[in-house]
Amino acid sequence: MEGKSDMSNVLELLVGELASGAVEVVDLTFTLREDSPVIVLPPEFGESAPVRIERISRYDASGPSWYWNNLSFGEHTGTHFDAPVHWFTGRDLPCNTVDTIPVGRMVAPVCVIDVSAECAADPDFLLTRARVEAWEAEHGRIAAGHWVLMRSDWSKRSGLAYANLGEDGAHTPGPDAEVMQWLVEERDILGFGTETIGTDAGQGGHLVPPLPAHHFLHGAGRYGLQCLCGLDQLPPRGAVLMTAPLKIHEGSGSPLRVLALVPRAG
Amino acid sequence: MAAAPKGYDGVVITTPVTVPYTRYSPEGAAWWTGRALAELARGAGLASHREIDGFVYSSFSSAPDSAVGLTQHFGLSPRLVDFVPLGGMGAVASLRRAARAVQMGDAEIVACVAGETNGIHSFRHGLENFSRFSQDGVYPYSSGGPNVSFALMAAQYMATTGATREDFGKLCVAMRYNALRNPNALMKKPLSLDDYLGARPIAPPIHLFDCVQPCAGADGFLVMREETAKAQGLAFARLTGGIERYNGFAEDPIQLRGGWGVDVDTLYAMAGVRPDDIDVVNTYDDYPFVCMLQFEGLGFCAPGEAPEFVRAHEFTFDGSFPHNTSGGQLSVGQAGCAGGHLGVVEVLRQLTGQAGPRQVKDAKLGLVSGFGMINYDRGLGSGAVILEQGSMA
Amino acid sequence: MTTPFERPKRKDPLVRTELPLTPPGGRSRAAHLLTRAAARGQFALPRCRACGTVHFPVRDICPNCLSTEIAMAPAAAAGTLLSRTQAEVPALPYFRERAPWHVGLVQLADGPQVIAHLHPEVAVGAAVRMHLKLDKAGQAVLYAAPKTAEVDLMTDPKWREMVAHPLHRRVLITDARHFATPAIVKALKAAGARKIRLGVPEAWKPFREAPLYDGIEGVEILPLDLTSDRSVFDYASDYGGTTEIVINTADRVRAGQTLQPGTLLPAQEMMEHIAFGPMRLAQALAPALIGRGADGPAAAAAWVNLLSIHALAPLPGHMGWSAAHAAAHAFSQGLRAELLQGGVKLINLYSGPTEDPWFQTMIPPKVNGAALARGIVKALTEGLEELDIGPVAQELRERLDANPKAVERELGQS
Repeated sequence: MEGKSDMSNVLELLVGELASGAVEVVDLTFTLREDSPVIVLPPEFGESAPVRIERISRYDASGPSWYWNNLSFGEHTGTHFDAPVHWFTGRDLPCNTVDTIPVGRMVAPVCVIDVSAECAADPDFLLTRARVEAWEAEHGRIAAGHWVLMRSDWSKRSGLAYANLGEDGAHTPGPDAEVMQWLVEERDILGFGTETIGTDAGQGGHLVPPLPAHHFLHGAGRYGLQCLCGLDQLPPRGAVLMTAPLKIHEGSGSPLRVLALVPRAG
Repeated sequence: MAAAPKGYDGVVITTPVTVPYTRYSPEGAAWWTGRALAELARGAGLASHREIDGFVYSSFSSAPDSAVGLTQHFGLSPRLVDFVPLGGMGAVASLRRAARAVQMGDAEIVACVAGETNGIHSFRHGLENFSRFSQDGVYPYSSGGPNVSFALMAAQYMATTGATREDFGKLCVAMRYNALRNPNALMKKPLSLDDYLGARPIAPPIHLFDCVQPCAGADGFLVMREETAKAQGLAFARLTGGIERYNGFAEDPIQLRGGWGVDVDTLYAMAGVRPDDIDVVNTYDDYPFVCMLQFEGLGFCAPGEAPEFVRAHEFTFDGSFPHNTSGGQLSVGQAGCAGGHLGVVEVLRQLTGQAGPRQVKDAKLGLVSGFGMINYDRGLGSGAVILEQGSMA
Repeated sequence: MTTPFERPKRKDPLVRTELPLTPPGGRSRAAHLLTRAAARGQFALPRCRACGTVHFPVRDICPNCLSTEIAMAPAAAAGTLLSRTQAEVPALPYFRERAPWHVGLVQLADGPQVIAHLHPEVAVGAAVRMHLKLDKAGQAVLYAAPKTAEVDLMTDPKWREMVAHPLHRRVLITDARHFATPAIVKALKAAGARKIRLGVPEAWKPFREAPLYDGIEGVEILPLDLTSDRSVFDYASDYGGTTEIVINTADRVRAGQTLQPGTLLPAQEMMEHIAFGPMRLAQALAPALIGRGADGPAAAAAWVNLLSIHALAPLPGHMGWSAAHAAAHAFSQGLRAELLQGGVKLINLYSGPTEDPWFQTMIPPKVNGAALARGIVKALTEGLEELDIGPVAQELRERLDANPKAVERELGQS
């Protein structure tokens, strides 16, 4: 009985820590805007609609006392969540859509690998297994069920520099194939997240297999997060992510508000 | 050649009435028309205006009423009604129709009335809605209305005949001289030739004093058999000749003559007189050069020679060619269709000795001409009547 | 009598902006036979099919033989000035503000005499060149110009009211990613446009043509996305008061038949770009254009849509795209009536398939950027309302005029 009562105290303790600032809530989400960049695919493929925010009324003739908008967007716009069904490798898995993902997985610890210096030097920087092992040497082994976020500081860019489109496609950092397979199979991570427009590198379509983050994550029922920001406010480990996508019927992903609970050293 | 028209034997015209004009009026056309009708009944000594059994009506501003609707308004029960909203041709047309009706026994006493109101925006509305061709082909071109159309004609008339603004001015100055002896005239100030020449341009060569002033007003007269007039003891004039023509000389590229030339011989043949015999003339003077077209068209001078004719005559009531002795529309005002009746009423006054201080001495024979309906680029209507002083004997 | 049309000074903020007035807009139904010819820059007169008599104003019935078979026929745009005047104190404020207004009576070479707006420099007896124009009310009127080519009609303020010349005006090109933009900019510069603003949607994507405009005076590149409420609002807030001509280049070509899978979303996006985008811009910008319809000698003047002729009959294989253009066309006709309140013209250019890269597989002839640019400047400088660009559009228009059902069947089988 006492053990149970201790467990219920956990939330009480958390509320107290939140109030005191010992635990901080950090927003890792871009504002959902109409000029938010969207993934660019060769245009013979279907294209995602951009974010559109259309005013219904704003204390005007269409609604004298109230303000509201119509909102439309592709599932993969803004700071968003990729469900396993998004990729062909995850198409047959159970609970692979945003409406069926167990909610328990929407609160999970996070490891943050800071490669911002490398990305500043090379926009096509690829995260490798060696680089992650080096991180583990410093911060300890990545435990099962953790999110792994790749901090590139890419979110500090905007517009043209953020999309960074060249004549041969986007040039943005991401993971290589080996590290993705390894993180999924050897470290059993919950998911992988980036600050860029995809979980994969801009040139990730030329890796083997193409777009390996999508390939391995979703093929194993894991999740993706992209267009994150504020990763520089997270410790390498010790924070907890809250990632609840919209409950879209058979949805492959959705924009979401990503929050992190971050313990602050007294 | 059509057969010569029969004469208007036994038909006379009496009882000239004018409801004094005002620049603007808040009243409707029925108000003005009804007042003229009352004056006609009173002037003719009728026991009741209901004795009038023919009603020939001219108006541009009576909408939505026509002559028929107004019979109920006025409590009339006529056996002849006609609606002739023909502007400058309204009086001549009314008189000819009324005369035939009386002559043939279709009516006993016919009231010919023009009644017109004038609101602040009536003139512009009139321009806008005057005619389909005007709407499509004139009003969109500066909305100058008749001023622009007549300016285009007047300019060419001057270029062709050598007429000058002084010639036009001479007619206008004479009319103002006459008007100062007509208490009903709206224009009360003398006009000098310098005033005329110095006026501001409206659509050159048309200047301010070439233009009539639109106003509200009513004019009327009665048409009846001679014995009826005598029985009532009314002074009268006989109708001895009358012509009308519409869209005459349609092939002329620009109107430098009205349709009178087609029918003028008929007019004088009916009346058995020559132009020289006429003692008093009333032309339709919406612009002074139009008077000159009438001098030419009605044989007072040869075509193209009106400038010389104007220079050779004096046009005051006491001059060598008494013309528009009321002051004309140019000095009395243009009450829409009543503008057309002004001439008949004035000549009737002259021939019956009722013209007061502007009485033309020994006026026995008068001519009234009509003109008008500038549908597009020219006046479509032209006509004239000759009236002869009647004797009570 | 006339003076060159100099670049107007900047606005004096202490002086009230003139509100737009228009000349009389009332016409008989028959008179609108002239409207179509004027809208397309043709000089034509009503002619009796039975006896050949040419008349004016337009009648319901022939004055020579009373046949009701009246149709417009091409006519010689020539005549002689019979007489002239100028209205110094016209009744309507539109004309009174612009007085003196020169008017002439013209003997047309083909028969009738007509009252016409007159260039001040024509003498009575002189030969004139006739134009059938649309006035500030959007109604067809006749204009008599000197026959000599040396006279610059832009020196006559009346003429300037009837055209939407780019001279001294500030132009917005709504989507500078349109393939014809470089040609349009060049043509507008040559026509004397004072400023050309290039709207670039999705500013996060590279605008690779930007260097083409380096060093061209008066060209400004700025973000504008017609599919975004905010972006359009931002443009209108910044430049609504200084935009006199809008060139709407919104387009988005994607192939697809109605029953082909996967064509609905692209069709929806095309609708968003081609139809709703301009409508959104009109909502934000048109009130300012209307309000500035009389704002000085280089007042707001025109809105030009680059439409496809397939707005009128769908292009096989491009159902969604054709439908979007049809929708844009329908919107444009509604917008035209609203813009006319300020005397602002709505001009539709109709072209066949263009050299837009998305028409790669279409067989030539295709409309290139220079042809579109020429069409835009022609329509503006002549004050046209409709212009077909290129042989495909011209031919399709003729076929549609003759028998739209035949066109429908023929396109359906092609």
